[in-house]
Amino acid sequence: MTSDLKTRPQPNPTLFAKALFALRGRKLLTHVFLILFGLVMLYPLLWMVSSAVKPEGLIFREQGLIPSSVTWDNFADGWNALRHPFSHYYVNSAVITAGAVVGNLVACSLAAYAFARIEFPLKRLWFALMLGSIMLPLHVVIVPQYILFSELNWINTYLPLIVPKFLATDAFFIFLMVQFIRTLPRDLDEAARIDGAGHWRIYSRIIMPLSMPALATTAIFTFIWTWNDFLSQLIFLTDPDMHTVPVALRTFLDSSGESSWGPMFAMSALSLAPIFGFFLAGQKYLVRGIATTGLK
Amino acid sequence: MTDTQVRAPRDVPHPAPGPLPEAVAHKKARRRRRRKEALTGYLFLAPWFVGLIAVTAGPLLASLYLSFTDYSLLGDYEWVGFANYAEMFTDDPRFLKALTNTAIYVFVSVPLQLAFALALALVLDRGIQGLPIYRSVYYLPSLLGSSVAIAVLWRKVFGADGLFNSFLDLFGIEGRSWIGDPSTALGTLIVLNVWTFGSPMVIFLAGLRQIPASYYEAASIDGAGWVRRFRSITLPLLTPIIFFNLVLQLINAFQSFTQAFVVSGGNGQPADSTLFYTMYVYIKGFNSFEMGYASAMAWFLVVIVGSLTALNFIMSRYWVFYGDK
Repeated sequence: MTSDLKTRPQPNPTLFAKALFALRGRKLLTHVFLILFGLVMLYPLLWMVSSAVKPEGLIFREQGLIPSSVTWDNFADGWNALRHPFSHYYVNSAVITAGAVVGNLVACSLAAYAFARIEFPLKRLWFALMLGSIMLPLHVVIVPQYILFSELNWINTYLPLIVPKFLATDAFFIFLMVQFIRTLPRDLDEAARIDGAGHWRIYSRIIMPLSMPALATTAIFTFIWTWNDFLSQLIFLTDPDMHTVPVALRTFLDSSGESSWGPMFAMSALSLAPIFGFFLAGQKYLVRGIATTGLK
Repeated sequence: MTDTQVRAPRDVPHPAPGPLPEAVAHKKARRRRRRKEALTGYLFLAPWFVGLIAVTAGPLLASLYLSFTDYSLLGDYEWVGFANYAEMFTDDPRFLKALTNTAIYVFVSVPLQLAFALALALVLDRGIQGLPIYRSVYYLPSLLGSSVAIAVLWRKVFGADGLFNSFLDLFGIEGRSWIGDPSTALGTLIVLNVWTFGSPMVIFLAGLRQIPASYYEAASIDGAGWVRRFRSITLPLLTPIIFFNLVLQLINAFQSFTQAFVVSGGNGQPADSTLFYTMYVYIKGFNSFEMGYASAMAWFLVVIVGSLTALNFIMSRYWVFYGDK
């Protein structure tokens, strides 16, 4: 920084002071713009949260963010509005999400290690296929998947939503981990190999512990995507007993129509809480993950 | 060079041709090791292979086959050749409507989304204080945007007595139900997609970091203004990232489903104005169980997305600048 200043030609002081003043004015203006724009962006979310704690009659009469009176009735009403209390749907969502996270961590890291560190015939071909599968729209495989899973009697169980994750079908994460493992120095592997370690040991004792950032990114994105996922849960879980939070929310919306917006908002806001929590906890990994692979 | 000279002086005859027993053993051991390595590789990949066959490539081919049949999950089916594909374009106005809606949605919302992403990234990249906070705030909608909860919220924000109308009210403008009006319902979904500009923005920010500060310093010394520096340094060096974001967001936008599904009540209301391509695939496949027809539509989607991506790559030769060329 200091050397930077030295090499730069020094402007005359009055001009410098003026420039500094102008710069600070512009900086301030930038901040004002950024804050206002951020508020506009977040306003709908804040409005949802504030509407969730407003008494039913106030929601559309008073559009400000600060409610004049606060009630938790909406949460109680929404929680018990459907056939099961929402806790039932949260359990379903949690089981599926946890299964998906574990599956992706195990299966994608195994595949990624193979692509990054093991030599085998046709590797390039498989790698290209793997990359290609990232772009594949879910819609083009979901009909045969549905037929397959219904032949296996897996419809209305957790299995169609968890088992594929243990088969590394989220190729995004294989790619992410391959990119990461490639940055780890190969000397570590060589040293371990000289000590007699095989691939399994190198994978489990050296590469995985060093890949924690990539694993964390994978876990957080898998969590958020699975928690938000709607289409495959809508298709594979048709029995209301098996509904997850998003599917239940949609049922709630359809069954209550234009009434009971308070409970609707309360349950919507609540359903986003886990994502928000993971977002706060894992920001560093999220930003890194998007920057390296362009995840959503 | 000197090594061989020492080992094999000119006047000493070469040892008899044919490998030594030692060397044979060596070669064998190496081949065995390589075979073991390959086997280990395939073992590590085993779950992925099963997934490829059972969940990805297998179903992909199966749906290609189904697209030439009238399969319906209920009973017998027949090979119908290209009848499904022909019906899509000649005998199904809803399909054409869905295709048009999706095209409008994609080609309006993606450029807007990328423009916002780039503009905000440029503002944030100028050494602003509190960058992590701003970045998080702008990024948050990208994470939440595809959820049912946000779609529910959107339906109310743009409803008759929603947030947007009370905002317009401040300026004395009479609002209406933007969701309920066929001419504006698609627009609300476009706004929703633009709202999630945070993830391409983060990618732009990472790309801007890669541009060496010395380029800008040199340009400043040469008297280049902000506009000039943007046009001659930032934009050319950022084209690979713009290209990457464009391909990615186009693919994503073509496949969006949840928002339109929830906002429209699952059937593209009002007047099919929010009937998206993927939604129509779902309706055909899982509401009326015309799975052969749905497969044909899904395959046509693959063709669209595939050729669009290919076209993008071809076009990229003319406008994407890679520093190493």
